Amino acid sequence: MELPVATVTQHDQWKVESQVFRIYDLFGNLPRNAQSVMIELQRDNHIEYLTRGLRQLPPSFCTLDASRPWLCYWIVHSLALLGESVDDELEHNTIDFLSRCQDPSGGYGGGPGQLPHLATTYAAVNALITVGGDQALSSINRGELYKFLRQMKHPSGGFRMHDGGEIDVRACYTAISVASILNILDDELVHNVGSFILSCQTYEGGISGEPGSEAHGGYTFCGVATMILINQINRLDLPRLIDWLVFRQGKELGFQGRTNKLVDGCYSFWQGGVFPLLQRVRSIIDEQLVLPDAGGHYTMNGTHTSMTSSISEAGESFEGISSHVDDACHSRQEVNFNDIGYNFVKRPIEMEPLFHSLALQQYILLCSQEEKGGMKDKPGLSRDFYHTCYCLSGLSVCQHMWSDEEDSPVLPRALMGSYSNLLEPIHPLFNVVLEQYHEAREFFTRD
Amino acid sequence: MDSDEEQEWVPFKNRPEWSDVVPVEQDDGPNPVVPIAYKEEFTQTMNYFRALYRADERSPRALQLTTEAIKLNSGNYTVWHFRRLILKTLSADLQNELDFTEDIAKANSKNYQLWHHRRWVAEILGTNATSQELEFTKKILSHDAKHYHAWAHRQWVLQELGGWEDELDYCHELLEEDIFNNSAWNQRNFVITRSPFLGGLKAIRESEVSYTLKAIVAHPENESSWRYLRGFTKMTISLG
Repeated sequence: MELPVATVTQHDQWKVESQVFRIYDLFGNLPRNAQSVMIELQRDNHIEYLTRGLRQLPPSFCTLDASRPWLCYWIVHSLALLGESVDDELEHNTIDFLSRCQDPSGGYGGGPGQLPHLATTYAAVNALITVGGDQALSSINRGELYKFLRQMKHPSGGFRMHDGGEIDVRACYTAISVASILNILDDELVHNVGSFILSCQTYEGGISGEPGSEAHGGYTFCGVATMILINQINRLDLPRLIDWLVFRQGKELGFQGRTNKLVDGCYSFWQGGVFPLLQRVRSIIDEQLVLPDAGGHYTMNGTHTSMTSSISEAGESFEGISSHVDDACHSRQEVNFNDIGYNFVKRPIEMEPLFHSLALQQYILLCSQEEKGGMKDKPGLSRDFYHTCYCLSGLSVCQHMWSDEEDSPVLPRALMGSYSNLLEPIHPLFNVVLEQYHEAREFFTRD
Repeated sequence: MDSDEEQEWVPFKNRPEWSDVVPVEQDDGPNPVVPIAYKEEFTQTMNYFRALYRADERSPRALQLTTEAIKLNSGNYTVWHFRRLILKTLSADLQNELDFTEDIAKANSKNYQLWHHRRWVAEILGTNATSQELEFTKKILSHDAKHYHAWAHRQWVLQELGGWEDELDYCHELLEEDIFNNSAWNQRNFVITRSPFLGGLKAIRESEVSYTLKAIVAHPENESSWRYLRGFTKMTISLG
């Protein structure tokens, strides 16, 4: 009798599992003091790797020549997570360089003189907020940026990435995130975005890049964060989304991006980062569990039942939710979209994390960490700035998602390793360090 | 195309046809962050690109220059964008664009720009491009059966240009090869919910459920088939 041959998926999966488990076996058999060395965050090496990249990159980086604001963001955000800021000169040079990427008619391109693009606009704005200070924040031309966002708006409700560019969930998130954090989000930008995102929630429960595609971690974060920022999170089928999401953490302890795909450290943030968002919409989830069609997504007869809950007003809880026929713009008049992000982090965390946060920290520290600095997708692959940024962002999420309030201390049980592993907390909707977020909020709400 | 690549690169100053162009340096400032140590070929190509882009020169040589620039960095959306403007102005033969994008895909197919360009081309070519596009995505998927961009492109082709006839069989073929391929299950869901040839969900309900159950029984640990069944059941439960 012939033995069944493994499929490609099985073969690849087993290979990764064996690599990962070899590392965990090694770790498990070490004496305790050696374990604590192995699980240590290589702070100094990460800082050195990152700072060096900010100063000089080799010729191989020409494939990222249209993503230089991303490189800035990945690096300065990683440094900020590590509690490190760049020196005055590098700070000045970052602001100067990003100004050269800013288009005179709004938005930022991938390098000086390139067309403005939504993704690099998001990266540049987040990098400048992370650098902080009046010089950085005032360098953003918000008036022109708003015009650029309006130009990218598509009648379908979505956004184009650039003039004549592709329309997808990334574009929605980067546009809405930037507008929200810069205090320029309004009805015109929000119009129909929710319907576009909703059309991307798949039968699996996660969110895809465009309607019909496969549920995917990156787009799921983008979709959920966008829906919260426009006050329409109740329109997604949240129980289904959670059902898909919780299964993305596998026995490798890290997250995969899609069903039956391989683990990858960057999903520590894209998938792991959805949990702190869900933690703060607990009552909407509860409501949907009671009324299974409350999300309105899968009702076939066209009547969308939904809720009037608003997550935008400080001090008002999620109660006061009542089912009624949703006109999909019910709360427009009362809501100032620009306050949603600010009030969101003040909301109490109403449930424990729905994934194994210590396990994820173990994957990040043992399998994604490069001892000489930098983070990577999985064992056997090379470090890069993208993975460094999103592994560290995911690590920060894990550490802080047990703390109820912004300033409350992180408990030892939330941490893998010692307190020296502790990273700065982020604003979970924008992925900028919380302290920098507050400075920017203060700056952009001054009249 | 292969023979082109092997040719040695000629500096622009040694190309008489470019002697009238004044190259434009990148405005990086005195002390840029994330500076890339560009190779000479990259710097020169982009300097000439900037010159033509700024002058909005939509000429055959500009088209050739975008080819060179894209080969050096296929992620440069500004170059792709300019290329489309040139192609429109010159009313160029778009069939060449299919070869060009295929060539670029050989080096690296995980790139938003090349797929967006391909979609733009196929949209103009219309139904003439249907079978080529289905073949092209099939080829990419034969190397990487979960290629996100390739699937998105294929779905766009089916919806905009048609070609649904064999799609359910194609899903079946891929699932036979790898029952754990969640992208193929996703495509199956796409086909049964949108294909005009299957007579609606009600008509296929029984056969679809039994197909999925067979897959589940063969590999009960396979999350993809379970999710497919749950999704299908949820969709069809209200059909009566």
